[in-house]
Amino acid sequence: MSSIPRFWRNMKSRYNLIGKRCTRCGEIYFPPRNFCSNCRRRGELEEVQHSGKGEVVSYTVIRTPPEGFERQAPYVMALVKLDEGVMVTTQIVDVSPEEVEIGMRVESVFRKIQEDGEAGLIYYGFKFRPAKEE
Amino acid sequence: MKRVAVIGVGLTKFGELWETSFSQLFVEAGAMAINDAGIDGSDIDALYVGNMSGGRFVDQEHISCLIADHAGLTPIPATRVEAACASGGLAIRQGVMSILSGFHDVVVVGGVEKMTDVVTEKTTQTLATASDSEWEAFMGMTFPGLYALIARRHMHEYGTTREQLAMVSVKNHENAMHNPYAQFHSKITVEDVLRSPLVADPLRLLDCSPITDGAACVVLASEEKAREFVDNPVYITGSGQASSTIALHDRKKITVTDATVNAAKEAYARAKREPRDIQVAEVHDAFTIGEILAIEGLGFVEIGKGGKATEEGETAIGGRIPVNTSGGLKAKGHPVGATGVAQVVEIVLQLRGEAGKRQVDADVGLTHNVGGSGGTAVVHILEK
Repeated sequence: MSSIPRFWRNMKSRYNLIGKRCTRCGEIYFPPRNFCSNCRRRGELEEVQHSGKGEVVSYTVIRTPPEGFERQAPYVMALVKLDEGVMVTTQIVDVSPEEVEIGMRVESVFRKIQEDGEAGLIYYGFKFRPAKEE
Repeated sequence: MKRVAVIGVGLTKFGELWETSFSQLFVEAGAMAINDAGIDGSDIDALYVGNMSGGRFVDQEHISCLIADHAGLTPIPATRVEAACASGGLAIRQGVMSILSGFHDVVVVGGVEKMTDVVTEKTTQTLATASDSEWEAFMGMTFPGLYALIARRHMHEYGTTREQLAMVSVKNHENAMHNPYAQFHSKITVEDVLRSPLVADPLRLLDCSPITDGAACVVLASEEKAREFVDNPVYITGSGQASSTIALHDRKKITVTDATVNAAKEAYARAKREPRDIQVAEVHDAFTIGEILAIEGLGFVEIGKGGKATEEGETAIGGRIPVNTSGGLKAKGHPVGATGVAQVVEIVLQLRGEAGKRQVDADVGLTHNVGGSGGTAVVHILEK
């Protein structure tokens, strides 16, 4: 990504799963947006904290990683549907790929996402792991 | 809508073309199309070029001007059109609209991509820019990864099998055997696909379209003007385009490409056609699951039945609706910006009866081009 402001302005959402909710129609946006697609100009967005709990909608194991992820491969990427209703693209960690399945309950954890080479920024954010007993 | 004529087509060989530069590719396909149409450079009113990422692949933006220059077409207006892998299809649509608006009579539309001048990692990264850079690619997601998520979910919801995915690839490699312009001339089996290395489970190497250099070009003309040049034009009778969310995670349902459904709806309505009227189609099989999503979204088969239809040979040459007679993106190759134009070239050859050993009997054909994981779709209907 190689840009401090570009990462910094999303930090709240990347670190704490802060999204937006339209007070008019109730639609939730994560990643956050500044415009409600349903209500358009009449929409009003407020911050909303996600619980970090959800379930796996689909998953894959990345074996040809992009630059910056070479040392993590193979790793599990998934679509996780949060209990609040939105989906996120995220890595699933602390589990072997064979154990991941559709419908699995997961929870968010704070982890290193990637780094800009040896001297660059280290980017942190959310990943998900199998949920502890709920 | 009023019809627009395709009066000439041209194509370069698709593949790893080390000796040919970005602009040479375009000029080669362009010269072939102009020859085919029997027009002079002075007959051309405008140029549209589909190109995804000249900037990242060959460090060259402003490619519309570069191409007009190297093709000897200055000072005509030249415009680049970009929508990731749907850039070519979108360029066709821009050409169609410029003629239907009455602005131009004869327009050249090309697509070009030079993908092998950079290392594979850079190519992978560039293709991932078709997804949401901040919330998909940043998280470690890749382009094959996104289609793998769709494939897994499709298998889960509809019982699509791993073997059925492989059969898409087997069929398209078989079709490419008869296409001299195709990147691959190698027959493969289901076992070959299932034994190829995993890229992003459940997708394997032989589920994925290759990295390709290539260009394609067509000459479009108003119906009145077309008669001055050719006796047998093929007509574009319908055009549709739709957008959807850039990120897969923002789609309500990931196993239906809503942009395809919406673009097809518009194209069918404009052409006054229905899915059952289509007799040959070139669809966006960047990954095997992509062809299954396409034939479902275009209405050739019911949602969820694409795998079964493939298994039963419905989409093979000789089947109910032959799909990707050219070999598709999988086996013909996928120079991203050129693909949408190359699809139109194939359907024109089929409708003219010039498709050689892969010829099918058809009067009505369709092209379907997708950008990203389904953020853009473009559909065209062509008729004799």
